[in-house]
Amino acid sequence: MTNQTISFSLNGEIVEIAVSPSEMLLDILREKMHLTGTKRGCGKGECGACTIIFNGKAMNACLIPAMRAAGADIQTIEGVEDAHGLHPLQQSFIEKGAVQCGFCTPGMIMSAKALLDKNKSPSKDQIREAVSGNICRCTGYVKIEEAVEDAAARLRASAVKGGEL
Amino acid sequence: MVQNYVFPATVSEAVTFLSTNRGKARIIAGGTDLMLELQDGKNTCDVLVDLTRIAELKNITEENGYIRIGASVTHAQAAKSDLILKHAPALAQACRKVGSLQIRNMGTIIGNIVTGNPAADAAVALAALETTAEVTTLEGMQTMPLEDMYAGVCLSCIDSCCQVVTHVTFPVKKKNQGSAYLRMEQRKALALPMLNVSAMVSLNGDTFEWVRLIVAPVGAGPQHALDAEEFLKGAAVSEATIVEAGKLARNQAMFRSSAIRGSKEYRMGVLPVFVERVLHAAIEDARKA
Repeated sequence: MTNQTISFSLNGEIVEIAVSPSEMLLDILREKMHLTGTKRGCGKGECGACTIIFNGKAMNACLIPAMRAAGADIQTIEGVEDAHGLHPLQQSFIEKGAVQCGFCTPGMIMSAKALLDKNKSPSKDQIREAVSGNICRCTGYVKIEEAVEDAAARLRASAVKGGEL
Repeated sequence: MVQNYVFPATVSEAVTFLSTNRGKARIIAGGTDLMLELQDGKNTCDVLVDLTRIAELKNITEENGYIRIGASVTHAQAAKSDLILKHAPALAQACRKVGSLQIRNMGTIIGNIVTGNPAADAAVALAALETTAEVTTLEGMQTMPLEDMYAGVCLSCIDSCCQVVTHVTFPVKKKNQGSAYLRMEQRKALALPMLNVSAMVSLNGDTFEWVRLIVAPVGAGPQHALDAEEFLKGAAVSEATIVEAGKLARNQAMFRSSAIRGSKEYRMGVLPVFVERVLHAAIEDARKA
């Protein structure tokens, strides 16, 4: 088996890494790039803990062959915060009590971000659909839904002001 | 163990990769099932031939009276497609039910057929739409009706080590035709269907010209409820005929008791209701047009 060097955009920066054809993207992110914010839950695409944004869409990193990352644009939870501080989603999750044990939170936020990146005025149904592939065993989802609504409102307010939060 | 991972640029390049590796290379599209099978040792190959960068397989098009869906079209893509919403609401409804949004963003419609699962949502909808697959090998392209693609329960006739299903096609919807899909499930997301049904109706005024009614999982691949289809041909569009079709479908359906999907008795009990509902929904779609 020969490793191949691939390059892709990771949280806005071009990275190069040698991967084996049998490796999964989740393992590359966690074990080779040490970005352990993306969690391994079920490892079968059923819990959403490993959700990343791949070319603008929420996907389970545990099911993506690492080779497929070549040339892709990938965002993980580590890239959500910017120089100004936490992303509105992160701030809202904290303030609304949407985090308890926290294991599902990175995946939850990436699923919600994939929605809000395209739609800053989502309906309750659209929010539920966006996070329906993410399992949370602590919160009962109500606070998560409230946090996403709150973050959407913050993003709309910042768009009106024409600046970044 | 996968030794090599290739991205062919064309279908002919893909079948050449399969051929030169003599059974040790395998097609991957969405990969949501295949990657798990490889990890669990249920499947094995040396080379993965990835279809997702072949331009001609990425689209949903309307050509010569047919809707044509490429091999890397995902469930999420189909669920939002104007062509699918217009011509095949059954397929759009089915695609919204697969796995989770993350899975729908990766998993492909054609993969939903090739994995051979008898109750795969998209495949059940496609069966009602009279779907044909385009299967390419090194020797050339052949067409294959959807019904002929199943060798058994969770067993496909397609050998992904030498064949590529490049597209599926079905006729565009004509006036007075409509389709619908429905599943019974334990949760609204991340749930296997306990049973699923789809229907396409062609109406002639107040009678059914013909109906295609699909029930699953009751055999190898989606199955036609043949007695109900025969009964509805030329029958009046009425509550009485719809209720009778539900009973006929139940009498012919052979569910097995399953720890995951539910007992045989329960599913037999609810099937007529689902048949009635899916027929009503398909009729409503036909009358809307």
